[in-house]
Amino acid sequence: MTIDRRSFLKLAGAGLGGFAVTDLPKPSQPSLGPTDGMALLYDTTICVGCKACQVACKQVNGLPPETDEQGIYEMPNHLTGKTWTVIKLYQPEGDEPWSFCKIQCMHCQDPACVSVCPVGALVKESNGAVTYDTKKCFGCRYCMAACPFDIPKYEWEKNLPLIQKCNFCAARQAEGLNPACYDACPTGALTYGKRSEVIAIAEARIRDNPGRYVPHVYGKDEAGGTSMLYLSHVPFEKLGFPTLSDQPLPAVTWIYMKAVPPLIGVVGTLVTATYWFTHRKKGPESGLETGPKEESHDSAG
Amino acid sequence: MTALVETLKLRQYPIGIGRLIVWFFAAAGVAAMIARWAWGLGITTNMVDDRGWGIWISFDILTGIAISAGAFTLAAVVYIFNLKQFYPLVRPTILTGFIGYLLAASTLLVDLGFPYRIWHLILYWNVHSPLFEVGWCVMIYLSVLALEFSPALFERLGWKVPLRITRAITIPLVIFGIVLSTMHQSSLGTLMTIFPDKIHPLWYSKFNPIFFYVSAIGAGIAMIVMETHFSAQAFRYKFEGPILAKLVKAIPWVLGLYLVGKLADLVFSGKVQYVFAGGWPTVLYLIEILVGVVAPIYLFSKASVRRNRYKMFWSATLVVFGLLLNRFNVSLIFLDGAPYLPAWTEILVTFGLISIGIIIYDLAFRTLPVLQHAHE
Repeated sequence: MTIDRRSFLKLAGAGLGGFAVTDLPKPSQPSLGPTDGMALLYDTTICVGCKACQVACKQVNGLPPETDEQGIYEMPNHLTGKTWTVIKLYQPEGDEPWSFCKIQCMHCQDPACVSVCPVGALVKESNGAVTYDTKKCFGCRYCMAACPFDIPKYEWEKNLPLIQKCNFCAARQAEGLNPACYDACPTGALTYGKRSEVIAIAEARIRDNPGRYVPHVYGKDEAGGTSMLYLSHVPFEKLGFPTLSDQPLPAVTWIYMKAVPPLIGVVGTLVTATYWFTHRKKGPESGLETGPKEESHDSAG
Repeated sequence: MTALVETLKLRQYPIGIGRLIVWFFAAAGVAAMIARWAWGLGITTNMVDDRGWGIWISFDILTGIAISAGAFTLAAVVYIFNLKQFYPLVRPTILTGFIGYLLAASTLLVDLGFPYRIWHLILYWNVHSPLFEVGWCVMIYLSVLALEFSPALFERLGWKVPLRITRAITIPLVIFGIVLSTMHQSSLGTLMTIFPDKIHPLWYSKFNPIFFYVSAIGAGIAMIVMETHFSAQAFRYKFEGPILAKLVKAIPWVLGLYLVGKLADLVFSGKVQYVFAGGWPTVLYLIEILVGVVAPIYLFSKASVRRNRYKMFWSATLVVFGLLLNRFNVSLIFLDGAPYLPAWTEILVTFGLISIGIIIYDLAFRTLPVLQHAHE
């Protein structure tokens, strides 16, 4: 409640003079994500980089192949409007350890893309998937800009382009099937299950194998938590993961957005009150839009 | 009699070099728009996956809407604060604002991947999205501006009843317009709050909604000066110097408030070191603040500047430049992403829309009583 009032007062401009005295309060909005949706854990120490997941993803989701100018199939080196998941190889010079890394939508617990989409085309489902409604999207690309992991891609070459990103095989999940990438993985680098259980498995691996992993489950808390979780033997920033706070991004924006209805009331009241105050002597004038009328001409000119 | 002669003169449409240039750019802009619809965004723009927003967002939307803030500011000054001496500026300013918003909305028809789905904003709601709020406010405010300007049209047509109705609802309309403008001008700043890890600390601020709102008011007033200057020149009207001189006295206060807020944010958020870190952020930040904010505060506080039409005009351009640079810095230059320079088609669309705006303004000025009451 105090947060409401404080941020609200600042936004209302009441605290304009002193608005730098304190920072805005940390958002304390509880996670809007499902308490126990499904999750995938990727373990860099088990992945052999066979890219079976990548191929299965293309097949199941009917994604077109990446081709060069001659129409020859190529391996994409990053997510594109045609590719929802890729396996990357991190190979530093010298004797530093190398690693594969699987990239796809992180399926945030509180996704920035879902909160910024003005037409609600993106939804966080109760099973953990962040899905995309191609019928609603009008192509503003705010989701692409807002995603802290830079995941959503666009069909730039198309006349009516859609956003493209992994949907956690939501349709397959609804039929009781597993995500295609998980089913395709021959080595067990992917673990699929309830998010809390998957986190427990990840933490147990760190505990039971001292020195094998960077002691951190990436995605447990980043940006409020994600449904894609990572165990790695090389630092996560080397694999291209951003260093993020635990704060869900939608909570930052919601501080302002929830102030909108009361602010409408405050501004409307203040403006109306000012009007009555400045016009109290003459009484309310109608027809202030004077135009070329005779009587108002004097006051105007 | 002289009024009649001048009205007749206005009705003519002399073809000069300026008008040819404007029509050329308008035509080129329309051609570029058609190309974009025909071939898609990939071929006709330089936007890519890691740079999904280009100059259409930074200039046409963020800057365009901000510099159109003069309409609600002046409406508040005249109708709410009851400062009637500024009345002669109202109609041209409302017209400029209306055109500004019209162009911003038109930009969406080029920028959106599915232009014909623009109405989805009405159908599908997401109250968490700042863009949802901006879209709604702009949509409604565009109608409010149209209604605020409609008396000029009804006078010309001699439609008494609609004229009476719109005059009767002027005050509620003005209040509504101020509320809507306050909401969406600040929400354009809220739009940028979702990028805490992507915008350079000098430009990411939790107070961006307030900064966007206050700076829009300053730039809105500056735009009134520029627009009055240009139309006085183009239509050979008397430049409303004394009235503007009084109006621009507000600029040092508005920009002063903005400057204090920006500096306080720097200090209390511990970002001062970035100002002196060197490199492009330092250079562009200092230009933005010194040229676009500090200099106009100084200039507009001098009576000698306010008395001189050209000094006032050039000082106003500094304010608008400062706002433009700020919006580009926040939303493009210092927003993480792929390196980007606009394609010539993107630039043509932008210039084309500006030219179309000038053509509409010019035609409205020549056919409707935009200045009549102030002029007689």
